[in-house]
Amino acid sequence: MGIKNIIGKIDWFLLLLYLALLAVGLVSIYAAAFNENHTDIYDLTQNYGKQLLFIGISLFTGFVILLIDAKFFNTFAYLFYGLSIFLLLFVLVSGTTIAGSKSWIQLGIFSFQPSELAKFTTALAVAHYLGKNDTDFSKIKTKLIASGLVLLPMSLVLLQGDAGSALVFLVFLLVFYREGMTGLILITGLVAIILFLLTIFFSKWYVIIGVSVITIAVSFIIGNLKKNILKIIGVYSLIVIFVLGVNFAFNNILKPHQRNRINVILGIEKDTKNIGYNLNQSLTAIGSGGLTGKGFLQGTMTRYKYVPEQHTDFIFCTIGEEGGFLGVTVVLLLYLAFFIRIIVLAERQRSVFSRIYGYGIVSILFFHFTVNIAMTIGLMPVIGIPLPFLSYGGSSLLIFSIMIFVFLKQDANRMNIL
Amino acid sequence: MIRKNPNYSSRQYVVIGIFSIITTILLARLFYIQIISEDYKKDNTVRHTTLYPSRGRIIDRNGKVLVYNDAIYDLMVVPRAVKKIDTVSFCNLLNIDKDTYINELKKARRYSSFKPSVFISQLTKEEYGKIAAVLYKYPGFYFQIRSIRSYNYPIAAHTVGNIGEVSRQDLENDSYYSIGDFIGKSGIESYYEKELRGKKGVRLIVVDVHNREKESFMDGRYDTLPVAGKDIILGLDADLQQYGEYLMNNKSGSIVAIEPSTGEVLAMISAPTYNPTDLVGRKRSNSYQRLLDDSLRPLINRAVNGTYPPGSTFKTINALIGLQSKAVNTTTKYICNGPDSSPIKCTHYHHSPVGLIDGLENSCNPYFWNVYQDMLNSYRFKNVKQGYQFWYDLVLQFGLGTSFKTDIASNSPGNIPDTNYFNKLYRGVWNAMTVRSLSIGQGELLVTPLQLANMAAAIGNEGFYYPPHYIKRFEDGSMNDSIYHKVTIDIDKAYFKNVKEGMRNVFEGNRGTARFYRIDSITVAGKTGTAENPHGLDHSIIMAFAPIDNPRIAIAVIVENAGFGSSWAAPIASLMIEKYIKGYVTRPEIEERVVKFEDIK
Repeated sequence: MGIKNIIGKIDWFLLLLYLALLAVGLVSIYAAAFNENHTDIYDLTQNYGKQLLFIGISLFTGFVILLIDAKFFNTFAYLFYGLSIFLLLFVLVSGTTIAGSKSWIQLGIFSFQPSELAKFTTALAVAHYLGKNDTDFSKIKTKLIASGLVLLPMSLVLLQGDAGSALVFLVFLLVFYREGMTGLILITGLVAIILFLLTIFFSKWYVIIGVSVITIAVSFIIGNLKKNILKIIGVYSLIVIFVLGVNFAFNNILKPHQRNRINVILGIEKDTKNIGYNLNQSLTAIGSGGLTGKGFLQGTMTRYKYVPEQHTDFIFCTIGEEGGFLGVTVVLLLYLAFFIRIIVLAERQRSVFSRIYGYGIVSILFFHFTVNIAMTIGLMPVIGIPLPFLSYGGSSLLIFSIMIFVFLKQDANRMNIL
Repeated sequence: MIRKNPNYSSRQYVVIGIFSIITTILLARLFYIQIISEDYKKDNTVRHTTLYPSRGRIIDRNGKVLVYNDAIYDLMVVPRAVKKIDTVSFCNLLNIDKDTYINELKKARRYSSFKPSVFISQLTKEEYGKIAAVLYKYPGFYFQIRSIRSYNYPIAAHTVGNIGEVSRQDLENDSYYSIGDFIGKSGIESYYEKELRGKKGVRLIVVDVHNREKESFMDGRYDTLPVAGKDIILGLDADLQQYGEYLMNNKSGSIVAIEPSTGEVLAMISAPTYNPTDLVGRKRSNSYQRLLDDSLRPLINRAVNGTYPPGSTFKTINALIGLQSKAVNTTTKYICNGPDSSPIKCTHYHHSPVGLIDGLENSCNPYFWNVYQDMLNSYRFKNVKQGYQFWYDLVLQFGLGTSFKTDIASNSPGNIPDTNYFNKLYRGVWNAMTVRSLSIGQGELLVTPLQLANMAAAIGNEGFYYPPHYIKRFEDGSMNDSIYHKVTIDIDKAYFKNVKEGMRNVFEGNRGTARFYRIDSITVAGKTGTAENPHGLDHSIIMAFAPIDNPRIAIAVIVENAGFGSSWAAPIASLMIEKYIKGYVTRPEIEERVVKFEDIK
């Protein structure tokens, strides 16, 4: 397929949204890492100069991907998957430790995390497996194999001590849901989270009493007790065991600093000095932005380095401080439009591989987006994962860009599929 | 490859729904943080540096500056910004030990980790120079320049008062102050705090996470300049004050001099006194404790808080009220049998019978007892109690028995007993005989030197006075009207002239009790007194004014435990009057005797 062909078929809307996010990211990094002595955005000694270079590399890679045959990634999905599993095993043995997790491969000045790659290749592998003609997702065996494809890299990442990145793999539940998995699992997950929070906030006995009352009420509403009694008792027992388990784990298994971190996040404890310090600085930076923000390069919290990691994981603070509520609203809506566009494109694919792959990457990106912003604004514990396309960092930007360009290529090629 | 399971495609809307809901939750939280909540509005990058205004100076009536400002340097600390530093060399530099360092830092942290606190206050220019040169090595510390009180003359400590660091109470009462600020603690400094302190300015400086100054906040839009405090000009005469303090050397007691035409305090001495410089700066707390522990209680302002029986000086008041009651007149005479008199003895034999003028000149006790008795028993009153009430009301008009509501803070009311007091004490049955001590200024009567001086002014003015006060005006001419107001006494002017005549003879008469202390070319009128003191030797007292017509100075002197009024108080009053009116003193031998104060010891 020639270049002219590509230009005509590519989804320019998604591409523009992608480029817009890159631009927001570059501007934010420029503000966050601003150095009065090196105001030139091309300055490679500065983080914004480097980010510009990474953007260039990403766009070039994307361009190359658009030229490659569309079937390439489907065909070699397992190969890429196998390669990333190998790399995950490799770092377990001889990885470089950066910021407490042994998950990095150092190649000269360039360092990257195989877990980043694994997110992409897992999406490929799952899409490839479920996209095969003879795969029937309604079968138990299929579900187990698909889950296995996700759990393998997830376990390896967890073994590296990078819980944040491991959690990312859970988003494949959303993909499975789209492909026919029962919605009960999502609901169960939601109920589990609510019970978890209630158990930590209140005494386990209140929660158990509450659950008991609800169970009795539900029993009467359903009626036909004889038929349902076993199910009700079963669900009830599971819930009680879960509550007791959470309570036990929280009080006995978690270490004090982990407990504190959860308590601070949940607002049970106030702390502006120690664990809460980063969060407090982040909230103050965003809060001080007000409605319209302080203006580009006027964010004092940002410019004078009050926020830790402000050009990487906490890049959102800069937007909040300098752009205000209006600024963050624009950025959030940009993201939402970007995600919805991917879903819309995924749904118009003729190829199951393309559709599942689309859902895979949108879920991964959305998870990063949610967790990153939620931690920045104090809705979640501080988990070090980047904000896609905005956070400073070459390898994450490259991988996220590859994900998008592979999808754009699939989409551009959709008419060629019978 | 064709689509499978097309029936699940509606689930895309569930996924879009989840994405939208979560994005909405994030936006709602951001709306809360950025728009609603006040918790996160306050950007902690801005350091508020207080610009202290210079405190108003205190100036005497002749333009001599008594109290002015000098620069001192406070070493400030922002605990959050303090990094691991070489504490040993830092402590050596500051000349403190490590415990002090730790304690001060702890104290500052308790106040606030982010806000600056005073680490070491009031360093001198020399110490500042030494430390400032290397302070860059110690992040979190910086200097704040402030002014401190300096004194050109170490006088009038009680009057000018002093300033000290604000107390917790002050901080709660007035949000103007922050920790480490100075506030007037006593005297003028305290009473006129609001005018003297001026208005603090503030400079907002953006600092980075290491507390380094980066730029002025919003181009200084919110910065304010300090407004200097107003200079206050006192009625005080520094020379007279200094001279009075000199005369009161080695004594306990007080001198109060007032300008009768205005009520301005010309001099106010409380002895023993202290050097106001001792209560400045870092030596303040030590000095303060030492003064508190001093058995002579130098911190007490005897001029306004010392209460004494007025003794014979009070006879002037009784004469005036007696005349006003019409029970006696200027020609009324009484027999005096000297020390054989009853029920009150006279101090000495003199010609008899005596009238008003002679009675005052001789300080004749029997004369005043008879005046008092005849007044209380006068047919003009229904009974003694009504007569007493008449007397009591007029006594109060002289400013006795109540405090002056002026800038002389917490001046004591003294004591003038009312009818209720005697009703209670004697179960309702009492008469002139019962309260006879009051006729000669003893008994329950207590006055302060300030009240005594005011009494002299009122008599000198022939029936009016301005409540005594320190202030003349502020530099800008303003003054509080409530302080400067005229009080008129309901006694005929003619009677004042009569009493003044008697008081003139105290100095000018051949038998006057103060005749040895008359002054050439100045006619002084006065009345000596010897206040019986149940705790020891009598107090020597005088009140006087001069010149007798249109007096320029009214004065009261009390020398504790010094015996007759004529021996100590009278010469002091005389010297003070001469010093004020002439500007110099012509009788060095009297001065020398007074200063030595040997006879008594």
